Amino acid sequence: MAQAFSPQADAEIEAILQRYPNRLAALIPTLWVAQREFGWLAEETMELVATRLDLPPAKVISTATFYTMFHKKPVGRYHVQVCKNISCYLRGSDEVTAAVKQKLGVAPGQTTADGNFTLEEVECLAACGRAPVVQVNADYHEWQTAESVVALLDRLAAGDTSGGV
Amino acid sequence: MAVQTYDYLLRDKHGKDYRDLAVYRAAGGYKAVLKAHQMGGEAIINEVKAASIRGRGGAGFPAGVKWGFVPKDTNKPKYLVVNADEGEPGTFKDNYFLSHDPHRLIEGCIITSMALDIHTAYIYVRGEFKRQIETVDKAIADAHKAGILGKNVLGTGYQLEVYTHSGAGAYICGEETALLESLEGKPGQPRLKPPFPAVVGAFGCPTLVNNVETIASVPVVIEHGGEWFHKLGVERDGGSRLIGISGHVKKPGLYEIGVGANMREVIYELAGGILEDRPLKAVIPGGSSCAVMTPEQIDAPMTLDGIRDAGSSFGTGGIIVMAEGTCMVKALQRLSHFYAHESCGQCTPCREGTGWMARIIDDIEAGRARQEDLDTLLEVADQIGGNTICALGDAASIPVQSFLQKFRAEFQAHIDHGGCPIEGPMPRGTRP
Ligand SMILES: Cc1cc2nc3c(=O)[nH]c(=O)nc-3n(C[C@H](O)[C@H](O)[C@H](O)COP(=O)(O)O)c2cc1C
Ligand code: SF4
Ligand code: FES
Repeated sequence: MAQAFSPQADAEIEAILQRYPNRLAALIPTLWVAQREFGWLAEETMELVATRLDLPPAKVISTATFYTMFHKKPVGRYHVQVCKNISCYLRGSDEVTAAVKQKLGVAPGQTTADGNFTLEEVECLAACGRAPVVQVNADYHEWQTAESVVALLDRLAAGDTSGGV
Repeated sequence: MAVQTYDYLLRDKHGKDYRDLAVYRAAGGYKAVLKAHQMGGEAIINEVKAASIRGRGGAGFPAGVKWGFVPKDTNKPKYLVVNADEGEPGTFKDNYFLSHDPHRLIEGCIITSMALDIHTAYIYVRGEFKRQIETVDKAIADAHKAGILGKNVLGTGYQLEVYTHSGAGAYICGEETALLESLEGKPGQPRLKPPFPAVVGAFGCPTLVNNVETIASVPVVIEHGGEWFHKLGVERDGGSRLIGISGHVKKPGLYEIGVGANMREVIYELAGGILEDRPLKAVIPGGSSCAVMTPEQIDAPMTLDGIRDAGSSFGTGGIIVMAEGTCMVKALQRLSHFYAHESCGQCTPCREGTGWMARIIDDIEAGRARQEDLDTLLEVADQIGGNTICALGDAASIPVQSFLQKFRAEFQAHIDHGGCPIEGPMPRGTRP
């Protein structure tokens, strides 16, 4: 079945359109809504966005592909993003990444076979004073160590998201 | 001499939740809006000029002067765009306002808009800050409900809407014209300047772009007066500002200091000195794009001019501290890969040069490099700077040039040694 926005998402897009003087400016916010609805931006999803905003598909694709946070393939339920930039590196982020790799058995950019975890190394997350920093989905986990990140993964694998995902 | 700290902007030790509108108002919040409204646009601008705030986003342009560039008589709408893209490695100050004091930013938006007759403000927030966007959105909604935003701001008859706009993962969108492209729904590729955004900005209209901290300082300026704020800092570089210290110090974090505090004292007193009391090896004073400094250089006043005279730049005030035991090639490797990853690809020297530099540095670290690679590295860096549309090209070159200038022997040792000669681990830090 062809993709469609839920009524709630559609209303949200309508509200987004009101904030800007033209439809193109609503594109990035609408791509966020689409990614939330469908998990990632398949070609079909980008076409849906183009139709909804009445924009040429080429414009949607050129913007969507420029930004790293728009997923061009599915990601795991938990998107584990370890900051590798300088302040985190100085405080031991390589050990954090190594611990995640070993625990999950995947390299950066890969997803576990059960679809639960995607590991990624990312650039500065602007929380350098509490390095090393790991972001999982929306939440920041600061002052990480090899031990604490493994405990975090264990907790998430057990389905416990009480301390934030 | 102990370093003087303040809590005008950084209110984290107050034990209060300023995200709560009632708490924010009880502490005097939104009173400056009424004061500003009575003063009128011209007087607000003069007060900001008197405060001598240099933009807190990195370039240090005087805020009052920039406000003066926004045309008064125009039949086009004007926009305020707050730069909350905070992506410069080592920088984490705007995060504080977005996470913990969002009404400060909104109050700053209202006063700034009143000064320049602006009725729509966008806060462009980096996409990773999802929780921060939720926090600011809630603050905007609360302010709306309380009649602080909308058609009749606090009963003054002034109309203002403030919206957040989420980025989607691109450091280059912190550059103000790339940010405007991104706001307009396009790939974040910087525009040629001039025209400057104050004249042709968002949607082809006059647009003021300021950093979060710049705008969040405005209510303090209006409440206490521009001259008063100016005196927290120095001549032509006024006020207090947030600096963030990260890396190998005992107490990393944010501090609010008067502009002009001594950097050595900031590192050794406020931040508690170096982990394990090791000798200091290097400091990057203002976010990753600033030239690296050696310990002899850091006895400098933290002003734009002071850090420039000491051989680097103030940048965003994000100080990155490296202790003895750090491999400077590895440290530079992190930065060079970052810039290579973030180049928007529009200019050939930047697109090709940043990747080339990163590969040479990889070779040096891995012990594969030949002697001539060191010269090539410097030549590539020298050819990028100044030959590009935006300052990312310079930002990528300066670390390479300064690391090679200050730590050439260490790069040479990698080549002679056929690998990394740095023995022993970096110092260990735990949560203070
Ligand atoms: C590559 C690059 C990245 C930048 N990133 C940011 C940023 O994340 N936040 C910011 O406020 N300014 C950033 N700037 C500076 C902006 O272009 C602009 O000068 C600033 O937002 C103006 O605000 P201010 O005058 O209040 O400092 C960046 C500049 C460049 C060249
Ligand atoms: S200097 Fe680099 S980032 Fe800036 S416009 Fe040119 S290619 Fe893009
Ligand atoms: S370097 Fe990791 S959060 Fe800034």
